Amino acid sequence: MEVTLTVNGTAHALDVPDNMLLVEVLRERLRLTGTHVGCDTSQCGACVVHMDGRAVKSCTVLAGQADGADVTTIEGIGAPDDLHPMQAAFRECHALQCGFCTPGMIMAAIDLVNTSEQLDEQAVREGLEGNLCRCTGYHNIVRAVLAARDAM
Amino acid sequence: MSETGIGASVKRREDLRFITGAGRYTDDIDQPGQAYAVFLRSPHARAAIGSIDASAALQVPGVLAVYTGQDLAADGIGDLPCGWMVKSKDGSDMIQPPHPPIAVERVNYVGEPYGLVVAETLQAARDGAEAVAVDFDALPAVVDPASAMQGDQLYAQAPNNRCYDWELGDQAATDAAFARADHVTSLDIVNNRLIPNAMEPRAATGCFDAASGDYTLYTTSQNPHLARLVMAAFVQVAPESKLRVVSPDVGGGFGSKIFVYAEETAVTWAAGKLRRPVKWRAERAESFLADAHGRDHVTKAELALAADGEMLGLRVSTIANMGAYLSTFASSVPTYLYGTLLAGQYKTPAVYVGVQAVFTNTSPVDAYRGAGRPEATYVVERLVETAARELKMDPTALRRRNFIQPADFPYETPVALVYDTGDYEASLNRALEHVDYAGFAARRDAAQARGKRRGIGFSCYIEACGLAPSQVALSLGAGVGLFESAEVRVNVTGSVTVITGAHSHGQGHETTFAQIVSERLGIPFDSVEVAHGDTSRGDYGLGTYGSRSLAVGGSAIVKASDKIIAKGKKIVAHAFETTDEQIDFTEGVFAERDSNRSMTFGEVAFAAYVPANFPLDELEPGLSEKAFYDPGNFTYPAGAHVCEVEVDAETGVLEIVKFVAVDDFGHVINPMIVAGQVHGGLCQGIGQALCEHGVYDASGQLVTGSFLDYCMPRADDVPSFVVDTTVTPCTHNPLGVKGCGEAGAIGATAAVMNAVTDALGVKELAMPARSEVVWRALSAA
Repeated sequence: MEVTLTVNGTAHALDVPDNMLLVEVLRERLRLTGTHVGCDTSQCGACVVHMDGRAVKSCTVLAGQADGADVTTIEGIGAPDDLHPMQAAFRECHALQCGFCTPGMIMAAIDLVNTSEQLDEQAVREGLEGNLCRCTGYHNIVRAVLAARDAM
Repeated sequence: MSETGIGASVKRREDLRFITGAGRYTDDIDQPGQAYAVFLRSPHARAAIGSIDASAALQVPGVLAVYTGQDLAADGIGDLPCGWMVKSKDGSDMIQPPHPPIAVERVNYVGEPYGLVVAETLQAARDGAEAVAVDFDALPAVVDPASAMQGDQLYAQAPNNRCYDWELGDQAATDAAFARADHVTSLDIVNNRLIPNAMEPRAATGCFDAASGDYTLYTTSQNPHLARLVMAAFVQVAPESKLRVVSPDVGGGFGSKIFVYAEETAVTWAAGKLRRPVKWRAERAESFLADAHGRDHVTKAELALAADGEMLGLRVSTIANMGAYLSTFASSVPTYLYGTLLAGQYKTPAVYVGVQAVFTNTSPVDAYRGAGRPEATYVVERLVETAARELKMDPTALRRRNFIQPADFPYETPVALVYDTGDYEASLNRALEHVDYAGFAARRDAAQARGKRRGIGFSCYIEACGLAPSQVALSLGAGVGLFESAEVRVNVTGSVTVITGAHSHGQGHETTFAQIVSERLGIPFDSVEVAHGDTSRGDYGLGTYGSRSLAVGGSAIVKASDKIIAKGKKIVAHAFETTDEQIDFTEGVFAERDSNRSMTFGEVAFAAYVPANFPLDELEPGLSEKAFYDPGNFTYPAGAHVCEVEVDAETGVLEIVKFVAVDDFGHVINPMIVAGQVHGGLCQGIGQALCEHGVYDASGQLVTGSFLDYCMPRADDVPSFVVDTTVTPCTHNPLGVKGCGEAGAIGATAAVMNAVTDALGVKELAMPARSEVVWRALSAA
């Protein structure tokens, strides 16, 4: 099927199999490998990207569902010399170790900050319930999200 | 202290690539012309493999080949070995059943690979796998470790399904201690099976260059040199000189990526057969089935005490589940990494432990974060806490009564270790301050008024890191040396490339090791690059596990750096027409004593590579030094963890309301990174106590085979932690460091369960203490 979508500001027209997932489009067709696949049950959140401004698990979105959408991945929010406040906070607070869950965690956290009126520690912990991290024990991730909340 | 030197919380340089999506993990790397492998995995816990009919699979468009275990065996591919020979107490060798990478005649656990399909696309490989027809003759499975010795015999060479029957300690002295004890505390303990679940699933891409005959394997390994050694010497895919193993960014390991598995072996071999790259990436369901699991002990433990609380003897009997085969280091975990730690922080004079390792039709069990030491800590600290309750003593007072004291070091335990240093009371005191122990009774009363039961639990753990020395380990059955390699390569312009045999998969070596070299050589932090994870770049190294990287790998880097300084002094001495004893090196400057002449580090580097004024008759040009560091002893991190929980008396819902960890890691290079290591370990230790459990049903099917069924700790399952350190420097390595990677996972579990049992007023409770378990315990009370 034909799918047109905008990823990180660039328009793409792609011919994809009907069963292709958005995460496969990103990783395999567009070679945007910052978005990761950590499970097969939509539990881990390593694949979270923004679709039309909201966080989605891109392993659970068919490419066809993203037709016409505006998608932002971890590669699209900042650069090493121009970090998004959430990226900067993750580094400042040592909120990552192996880095594998980090892109999804950052994308989920940005959406959490954008959509929350009141965000305290408990709300961050509950808001990130769909993202697994095996390295950090979440301690510094929570600190980073609260720090970025103030900076965003 | 400089802003980037030893002791500074330098922000990690590896972060920039990870937070911008520029990390380069194995699955992110594609090769031109690569094919895709899908493994055929046993649906049975135990079955004889009948005929395998691949004809339909080979008709699937895009399928290139279907390989079975017989194909690998016919090509001379050998078994996956276990690298540690443990001997039973009668002197006999452990039983090691044949472990072909791809099963040939029988499958022995659900998920065991019995073939692989390689195709042009992943989808075609999956379709091909669906089309393979196999006749299995299912056999009764042995699943439960406690009764495995009475089950159907799985291997002809292993009567009673026993791998070994190992012991350590003086049995007669321990029995005598029990005979004169005033009180004996006993516990039946199940240390629940855990599934490691690094967030990055394992992956491997094998490549073959037909012109040179060279193989390259990209893989998610914690120790690429070991993978190369095993694949060359035992599996015989290719000679070491023809096999390059690259472990690029690796997304967590926790032990599970130490081992050499079927998949990387098979894709490398298949790349040679097909003469094109072959890639495999585990789906999470495969990770659950085919990564080595952890823990899984069934133990009876007894502590003998005098009426005043003096600990007299400890007697432990453990059945350790090995799973269906011996994974790479499986045999060492419930023996030399477990029995040896049972003295804990205490002066218990007599300790005896017997361990029977058994085979079952379950996934192989091997080292998982802590590896034996969490199991030992759980035994000792649950016993001590329970004994205090039975003797109506304060649990901290009972511990103090028995602590090895600072004046006692070096201290030889009754279970074969010599602790070099420590101050256990200092850690405990600090932890009690942080937790406000004095205020606990009031907090408990306040909780009661809110309908909550509050409990407190302690865990004063010790562990042994930086497995060593090589000759001791080798004499005890280790199959590899336990040193680490380092190269400090000074470039012509004075910048430095450090190549370490350790491997970083989240630990931040690129930052920590650069801090060490920057401080040692007095050069800017940004002038030091750290490289690792590629057998073509560095010398043979042992990789990263057992919290060894800093204590062993960091020491090798110091040793190599010191050789650089020594050579630099000779170069300068020649230039100044004096002797190297007259040259001092401080903060990056070589200066002649009692003179104003000096050369900077950069000038010396240049002189070494542009040797115009250089003693070429005495010294080789260049400035690059290697070192192999073999430790003189283990290091012994220790600490005190304190947990407070509240339990809803109506529902059994449990919350950790405080968690304090005070650890003694010796000197700390980067406190920010060390705290992060502790946080992560604590979360895994808490996960074991409260939610994680790998469960098989009676037929050997893994019931907890996805994140829907296996409860991983999530952000709202754990609290913020209070972490702090005390310092007694390690006495036998140049940095005075001990290692911090596993402490959290080692200490936390017992602290949590001691708190939970305190809150509930019960002696024993099975892990994981999920709400249902807690609620049932409340209802039974």
